Amino acid sequence: MIAELGAFSLMLALAFAIAQAGLSAAGRIRRSTVLAAAGEGAAVASFAGVAIAFGCLIHAFVTSDFSVANVAANSHTEKPLLYKVAGAWGSHEGSILLWCLALTGYGAAAATLGRGLPQGLKAVMVATQGVLGSVFLAYTVFASNPLTRLAAPPVEGRSLNPLLQDPALAVHPPFLYSGYVGMSVVFSLAVAALIEGRVDAAWARWVRPWALAAWSLLTVGIMLGSFWAYYELGWGGWWFWDPVENASFMPWLMATALLHSAVVTEKRGALSGWSLFLALGAFTFSMLGAFLVRSGVLTSVHAFAVDPKRGVLLLIILGLTAGSGFALFAWRAPQLAKGGLFAPISRESALVLNNILLAAATTAVFLGTLFPLIREAITHEAISVGPGFFNIAFVPMMAVLAIVLPAGPLLAWKRGDLAGVAQRLWIAAGVALLAGVAAYAFVSPKKALGALGLALGAWLIAGALAELVERTRAFRVSAGESARRLVGLPRGAWGMTLAHLGLGVFVLGACFELGWRGEAAETLPVGGAIDVGGYHIVLDRVGAVEGPNFDADQAILSVTKGGQPICVGRPERRVYAVGGQTTSEVAICYRGLSHLYMVLGERREGAASQAWLVRAYWNPLATLIFAGPILMALGGVISLSDRRLRLGVAARRLQEQPA
Amino acid sequence: MSWLPKSPKARRRLTLVLAIAPVLALAAGLTLWGLRSSISFFYTPSQAAKANPPAGRTVQLGGLVKMGSVKKASDGRVEFVVADRTAQDQVTYQGDLPDLFREGQGIVATGAFRKDGIFEATQVLAKHDEKYMPPDLAKALKEQGEWRGDGSTPDYAKAEHP
Repeated sequence: MIAELGAFSLMLALAFAIAQAGLSAAGRIRRSTVLAAAGEGAAVASFAGVAIAFGCLIHAFVTSDFSVANVAANSHTEKPLLYKVAGAWGSHEGSILLWCLALTGYGAAAATLGRGLPQGLKAVMVATQGVLGSVFLAYTVFASNPLTRLAAPPVEGRSLNPLLQDPALAVHPPFLYSGYVGMSVVFSLAVAALIEGRVDAAWARWVRPWALAAWSLLTVGIMLGSFWAYYELGWGGWWFWDPVENASFMPWLMATALLHSAVVTEKRGALSGWSLFLALGAFTFSMLGAFLVRSGVLTSVHAFAVDPKRGVLLLIILGLTAGSGFALFAWRAPQLAKGGLFAPISRESALVLNNILLAAATTAVFLGTLFPLIREAITHEAISVGPGFFNIAFVPMMAVLAIVLPAGPLLAWKRGDLAGVAQRLWIAAGVALLAGVAAYAFVSPKKALGALGLALGAWLIAGALAELVERTRAFRVSAGESARRLVGLPRGAWGMTLAHLGLGVFVLGACFELGWRGEAAETLPVGGAIDVGGYHIVLDRVGAVEGPNFDADQAILSVTKGGQPICVGRPERRVYAVGGQTTSEVAICYRGLSHLYMVLGERREGAASQAWLVRAYWNPLATLIFAGPILMALGGVISLSDRRLRLGVAARRLQEQPA
Repeated sequence: MSWLPKSPKARRRLTLVLAIAPVLALAAGLTLWGLRSSISFFYTPSQAAKANPPAGRTVQLGGLVKMGSVKKASDGRVEFVVADRTAQDQVTYQGDLPDLFREGQGIVATGAFRKDGIFEATQVLAKHDEKYMPPDLAKALKEQGEWRGDGSTPDYAKAEHP
């Protein structure tokens, strides 16, 4: 009964989404507040419908109702409760429902929160959001309904892929999808601005909170996915340039570019066309990601079970929505008013350079991800593009971006003074140089590239701090005055500094880890030992452990350094009875910011007795890799709480003091 | 600087072009260089026999692990046979096998053929769940009429002497 209720309310949600599109569009055409308000009501109702359907699906998972096909395929009675709930979005059907939940949720939020927006713009935005909602809801209802019943329900379910039964991955999709789909509001706002023919500072100010929220959520989502890959796959790495990873990374790069170009549009009225383009592009890449992950056109280590028919449908949705968005852009953008002028050396130019580099980097990732498809279409040869491509094509561009970055916030709008900026940054440059030289001289073994990366990370961090010093006039006015200025800084400034600091922290961690990671793998009998990163790891014993839905071999690895006991690692090798899949549970021994990462491999029959393959990695400063993105997202959230960005305020301000 | 255009608009456009051009050139150059050096071809054993890639070139070899062919040495080296319907290749690999590596299942190995024709793998990937098969592999198998749906083991991958 519950599943039918869910399926019914999903249908209702689709009807409401169509009504939302129709009513809002009619409200715009007839300039009727009543019709537009009805459209907004429909947006809220559509969200309520999807929320009820989603609640029903979770109920079906929690109560293990195997008469629902999706539950039977992805759940099991013995699964812990968290993974029963997470199973609701662990499959293709469930995750697309989560996508719809986020999409209608953003639609409802945009309809209720956007009180300060001009009537026409808001009505078109709500209508566009309604169109997106109806398209994806129609896809869910007719092509991938998660609430369909089975004629002959099985007694037991087939369980969720054990690799996905992990806390980080349980919360990863909600973050990622909220981020992906948050770009839909930005997309709708861009479409509305194109139809209304007005892109100005106010528009940029309305876009920013949505873009910021989506960007922050996406940042956390990608970080969680990377963290999962790090400790669950047991390969010791945290980013593999896998198509699925790239699919989430491309909208992130676009959103980052948009956040920066929107600043220029907001402050100076320039780059309005480009900001629109990025706003359309960010959601297009989100949809492209959904298509790539689900259609199976690319070889990926973590793809959903492949269904070409659905892939074609998603490709049609992608083509129609993005196609009409960009067609509208091509038609209307040339008529938009051009913004203010600026000198080659200015904050605007720095932000333009940021955008050029980010766009070029996105293109490189895009090409690398889709090149196998293009090549196969032309020559019918199957190829794959390795991580080497991305290291060559992507990393240098990001390095250039990182070198230029600290100068940007210190440059003045309109016309900047490069000598003045250099004066303010020479201490930061000195710190970076020192860090690089010290890393090259004292950390063994010598790694030139690692040291260079380290200098870059230090440069970013010191540059962000120099910007803070500049803003508070520290060391030039009294300490009390500086502190007062520091407290008085707008939240937006804090957010930017924190985000840039976060990037520096990430670069520092990533370069140190990549440069000085240690690795050892050996087949050990009980009592055998391996050494990595100065640590001595002894395999004490291997025992059997029983989990809720798995049996495991657990190794007891005692770690010593210079004879001193440090910690005991307990990596596991789990066998899930359902499906017979094996996964490894990594043991990580945290040493400050560094990780000693231990994996228990398979059992080998040795010459004398049984032996186990044990792998250990020394990942120095690896915590920073994940702390960096958290700082960045935190910066986004703090910036979001800035008074100036609240929706109503922007409109009121605009009325009070026309630009 | 008389060669500079007079109107501020045209000047801005020129600045923009001057800023974008080197980045684009850098991006295009890096992309081409990157693509040239890190593309690897995907073969099934019979395709590899036809294409005959030179020894030492990095390629990917996909197929099913033949039943009974897996030999694990105590030093961590693994030897097994990857097969499709008409051909098979001996693979040797030093390292940890993926959790999902099993006989009769589809895998993709990255590595290079040695001069003696044995495939020296540097990485072995197995499908991620019971239903998943790398699309390249699934497609190649389908083209050879060897697709049996999920998880079933074709005859050629079964051991000769069960």
